[in-house]
Amino acid sequence: MQTTEKRQLQILATKARLGAVIGTFNAKSGHPGGSLSAADIMTYLYFKEMNVDPANPSDADRDRFVLSKGHCCPSLYAVLALKGFFEWEELYKLRHVGAMLQGHPDMKGTPGIDMSTGSLGQGVSAACGMALAGKFDKKDYRVYAILGDGECEEGQVWEAAMFAAHNKLDNLVVIVDQNGLQIDGPVCEVCGIEPLDKKFESFGFNVVKIDGHNFDEIEAAFENAKSVKGKPTAILAKTVKGKGVSFMEDKVDWHGKGPNKAEFEMASEELNAEIARLEGEC
Amino acid sequence: MADVVTKATRESFGEALCELAKENDRIVVLDADLAGATKTSIFQKAYPDRFFDCGIAEGNMMSIAAGLSTCGKIPVAASFAMFATGRAYEQIRNSIGYPNLNVKIAGSHAGISTGEDGATHQCLEDVALMRTIPGMTVLCPADHYEMLAATKAAIEHVGPVYIRLGRLAIDSFNDPATYKFELGKGITMHEGNEITVIATGLVVNEARKAVETLEKEGHSVRLINIHTIKPIDRDIVIKAANETGRIITIEEHNVIGGLGDAVCDVVTSECPVPVRKVGVYDRFGYSGPAWELLEKFGLTETGIAEVIREELAKK
Ligand SMILES: Cc1ncc(C[n+]2csc(CCOP(=O)(O)OP(=O)(O)O)c2C)c(N)n1
Ligand SMILES: [Mg+2]
Repeated sequence: MQTTEKRQLQILATKARLGAVIGTFNAKSGHPGGSLSAADIMTYLYFKEMNVDPANPSDADRDRFVLSKGHCCPSLYAVLALKGFFEWEELYKLRHVGAMLQGHPDMKGTPGIDMSTGSLGQGVSAACGMALAGKFDKKDYRVYAILGDGECEEGQVWEAAMFAAHNKLDNLVVIVDQNGLQIDGPVCEVCGIEPLDKKFESFGFNVVKIDGHNFDEIEAAFENAKSVKGKPTAILAKTVKGKGVSFMEDKVDWHGKGPNKAEFEMASEELNAEIARLEGEC
Repeated sequence: MADVVTKATRESFGEALCELAKENDRIVVLDADLAGATKTSIFQKAYPDRFFDCGIAEGNMMSIAAGLSTCGKIPVAASFAMFATGRAYEQIRNSIGYPNLNVKIAGSHAGISTGEDGATHQCLEDVALMRTIPGMTVLCPADHYEMLAATKAAIEHVGPVYIRLGRLAIDSFNDPATYKFELGKGITMHEGNEITVIATGLVVNEARKAVETLEKEGHSVRLINIHTIKPIDRDIVIKAANETGRIITIEEHNVIGGLGDAVCDVVTSECPVPVRKVGVYDRFGYSGPAWELLEKFGLTETGIAEVIREELAKK
């Protein structure tokens, strides 16, 4: 990837992180940790990979995105706002009475949201349904779903995996945000999911392991996915929960609470400084 | 009257489990990655060896609980009400209900007062779902003291029990010196003869305040707290219908299948009088701070007082 393009993506991803922090601060609640860990991948999807048009969000031929770990919508909302699906100002009303941006994604009310999620394990199955419809209708759109690593404990994830491989859904890419943490602690301590690569492989997936914050590796993984025919791809992305806000990084505590005023100010200062630094490099 | 304790019923539940476990080593607790939220974490801290985190796998957890109970344990399986009763409904029905196993199911973050998480997490159907399972006892305690007593009763009762827990910190109104919990028995909190209000859970205290207001306006309103929605106290309902001729039910739940329907089942067959069901009217919730939502849905003191006035005017 060209350096300038990478810088542009990094700037957008940092802005998305800022949006997630703004949203969860104003909501006094929400899930910053997993929003920040998945921000780079979501940014890549919407700004490089996916064929979507903010002016026509329900185009039947568009690529689809399902945030199976729906609680991480604050950064998805920020990415959608940056892409032009709705105004950035909506982020300030996240989770308020009457707001468009709900605590978990609502496809009825929010342009750009392809599936309502929030109950873990279900989004990836819905993504299979979308991919199946694409095959059935002989359309060449692709479907992307982001799962949490804790979410992989849900049996439904593996029912979906079995189905996707059985039906040769090579138009489906499942990305696991492996930030290593869930609510009650590290995934390996709560109910371990490893070896995740071998699990997906044995379920019939093409498996790619990457650093989920490295845009070169993210790009290579999605390109690889497109080249593999006859089977779905699982991208296992190693990430840091809370990435980009130093005091949130790798902390279980930051799974599901909004920052207070002082924390918000520290976080925005860090993120704004990073944006300025990256812009200086462009 | 004892000091008012301001505490979420999930917290009281966690404390009660800890107390009960001292005396009863058959109690084991399971959670599905929400121990900090359901407050089974309090038990986990005290009894790490008797606590099992099943990860985010509610269906599996319920059937594991079923298996544990067949070996003499008293498993308490907790998650959010939505995932405990919704995701795992069929496991509960077939692995716990049908064999009538001694499993206690705790559903936290029930109702609209779950707040900002929004519709996917605001469970408005748990009471309806659990009521449909033969042999299931359904409990919905209204404050700290009632939750302590209800948890004890749930453990002592042999058979499946569903217990509804709230996220929101609420004021206690019961006096522990005089409070008495009897499984399956409603509590007349206030005598009255013009109309009866029957409430359950978090809204009982709101109804209590509304009834006080109506008293000041010169009305005589009976208030009944139903902590056991199944089996429902038929006698207290029949008596109220016969003596006051009109009933209002109040719950933080869909009006389909909850307390209102349980009351109507008794009233329609035994003592037909008009029943107005107050709750969430067959719709999903949405995000917002808990008290703002309760206000919007007419489930606070003012909304309830208004409904009582409307119903009194019909007499
Ligand atoms: C079916 C279901 N069970 C429980 C929850 C509550 N919950 C929300 S987030 C979460 C932990 C998710 O961990 P992970 O998938 O690793 O997400 P991330 O670390 O990316 O935030 C849980 C248990 C839920 N939303 N859905
Ligand atoms: Mg995780």
